[in-house]
Amino acid sequence: MNIYRSHVLVCGGTGCSSSKSAEIMEKFQEKIEEVKLDKEVQVLATGCFGLCEEGPVVIIYPEGSFYARMTVDRVDEIVEEHLLKGRVVRKYLYRESAKEEKLKALNEVDFYKKQERVALRNCGLINPEDINEYIARDGYFALGKVLTEMTPEEVINLIKDSGLKGRGGAGFSTGMKWSFAAASKSDQKYIICNADEGDPGAFMDRSVLEGDPHSVLEAMAIAGYAVGASKGFVYVRAEYPIAVHRLEIAIKQAKELGLIGNNLFNRAFDFDIEIRLGAGAFVCGEETALMQSIEGKRGMSRNKPPFPANKGLWGKPTIINNVETLANIPQIILNGPEWFKSFGTEKSPGTKVFALGGKINNTGLVEVPMGITLREVIYDIGGGCPNGKEFKAVQTGGPSGGCLTNLHLDTPIDYENLTAVGSMMGSGGMIVMDEDNCMVDIARFFLDFTVDESCGKCTPCREGTKRMLEILDRITEGKGTIEDLDRLERLALNIKETSLCGLGQTAPNPVLSTIRYFRDEYEAHVNEKRCPSGVCQSLLKYIITMDCKGCTKCARICPTGAIEGKVREIHIIDQEKCIKCGACVETCTFHAIIKK
Amino acid sequence: MSRGLDVRANERHFVELKDYIESIRDSQGLLMQTLHKAQEIFGYLPIEVQKFISSELDISLAEVYGVTTFYTQFNIEPKGKHKIGVCLGTACYVKGARSILDQLAKELDIEVGQTTADNLFTLEATRCLGCCGLAPVIMIDQDVYGKLEANNIPEILAKYRD
Repeated sequence: MNIYRSHVLVCGGTGCSSSKSAEIMEKFQEKIEEVKLDKEVQVLATGCFGLCEEGPVVIIYPEGSFYARMTVDRVDEIVEEHLLKGRVVRKYLYRESAKEEKLKALNEVDFYKKQERVALRNCGLINPEDINEYIARDGYFALGKVLTEMTPEEVINLIKDSGLKGRGGAGFSTGMKWSFAAASKSDQKYIICNADEGDPGAFMDRSVLEGDPHSVLEAMAIAGYAVGASKGFVYVRAEYPIAVHRLEIAIKQAKELGLIGNNLFNRAFDFDIEIRLGAGAFVCGEETALMQSIEGKRGMSRNKPPFPANKGLWGKPTIINNVETLANIPQIILNGPEWFKSFGTEKSPGTKVFALGGKINNTGLVEVPMGITLREVIYDIGGGCPNGKEFKAVQTGGPSGGCLTNLHLDTPIDYENLTAVGSMMGSGGMIVMDEDNCMVDIARFFLDFTVDESCGKCTPCREGTKRMLEILDRITEGKGTIEDLDRLERLALNIKETSLCGLGQTAPNPVLSTIRYFRDEYEAHVNEKRCPSGVCQSLLKYIITMDCKGCTKCARICPTGAIEGKVREIHIIDQEKCIKCGACVETCTFHAIIKK
Repeated sequence: MSRGLDVRANERHFVELKDYIESIRDSQGLLMQTLHKAQEIFGYLPIEVQKFISSELDISLAEVYGVTTFYTQFNIEPKGKHKIGVCLGTACYVKGARSILDQLAKELDIEVGQTTADNLFTLEATRCLGCCGLAPVIMIDQDVYGKLEANNIPEILAKYRD
């Protein structure tokens, strides 16, 4: 085996791939061959580093130099200076790591300092398309350990002891779930990995699958041994082509080495894994709907009980675990439950991966211990809102969660606390909003999503959410009344109580939490017919300011003839005639027309 | 409505689909996989293809149609040469994806879900594409364009018009 003195790690996650990281990697390879360093320097594509905002990202080890916002034409200089002459090219480094005289290593910069990487431990470090790199990081050791040293009961007890809760949203104890399936008698049981990550703004599962697919496969085999299942399915969104491709490679390589298949570790244990693709239905993230979809049917949820652990896929006992949950398992087996409990809080041990997005400086993927405050995540790690704008709200839990305000910034993040303040953990999307976002519009946005994604089986969700959306439409169009707010709240509570599955039971959360914390904004919409953030189009007024030079350009372009005024005199917009198309604003060379 | 698929002209494609079905016949829950494959081969799922799948898998046409129309990724109408997907995930939405979508609709003179008269573009609103760091994002075929503003749109479309 060739030993390399330097490694050039190029991020091959979805964010960086979209900004042409593959071309940067090719260029590195080309240049390194040209200067005859190809025996000494290895170029690798890895999974996501997390700091997507600064992509495409390249990291060169052993120095740990963090080159941000890379472009193809910087490659020559970096190869010649850094790799050939050993001089780090400061001007291309991530700004924070080169701020002081002494360069900061990757794990010292603010974005990474407070993070604890368990589920993401290999993401951005190994080549996800080479099983040997996973094995070199203790991969498949946990599977070997459970098969050769532990009974299934011991495995389940260990996971129970660790206190691991499902990372997909609801937060049910993983060990308990496993024990239910283990207790069900059946000739066939199944393990399903739920990779149907549908929450808009959440991309942690995709990053784990893209950056460390074997950790998920290994955990599925461990779960199979613990509950007595011989077959696993990974149900993954078809919208994630890179993740699907890397999973296919991973399964093939694991089969070749005998780590998936028959008679694993000579212990008479068989475990096979198949990939099944979703087809763009959010409800399929709900476990009973997901199983319908694997069976080849419409993904519609059903009543529980019976729970999948008793009666699941094709009526057989089935365990469904989320990607991030599974990625924790090999580490828990190897390091023990006490180690896992050393992170996080008493009730919610371990770490959680969040996808930070929206109006925040450091967009990206972060893994932090439970119990950290929203303030630490948004300001210390995320760097706050860009362009000096004021923070207004953070949305957690996607369409099932709620919006929290600066009153909650010091709330420690765990399952219980987020639920108590009217949001939820969900899969871990965290979208930051600033003063320019209208909370009524955001509530409408999420409801529009759930209306579209409701499977239509139960009435409260199918009809109720639609009625709520109609009310919100009215409010954003300036036709709402104060009674509409009560109507919304009453409907929301009914839908929560009576819907069949998690989708409907949580769909009203974004509306309820915004009414609770931003009632003044709703009231401004209905009482004053005004959108304080200037987002809701129908409530906006176009006004011509004193900067008007009277050039008549706007009056000529206005499609409804709503603008009047003489040459060289200030023009006026007739609000009755104005249809708010914005054509005047675009045409005005003096920036004299404003939206208010 | 589509004009209907010329079954004879597409015989080669039906053979390919049949070969695929034979190759997976031993596993369970075949319908979704078969629909994915059929869409890859034909580009969309016209009723003729659904009928073929129905008889091959011995599943009623009503059920095949039901599953096809349940999932947003399956199309029963043909699409334009270039598919434009505007991400309406939350991160993109709070960063102004709506104005990007409006601009595209205006430039192409179609509404979301429609195809231009020259069959060149289909405009769609998609779910989160997962590159929230680049928000707001659109995807044209396999290319992702990020950190967009509405006035970038004409220039991007021009690339596909030649």
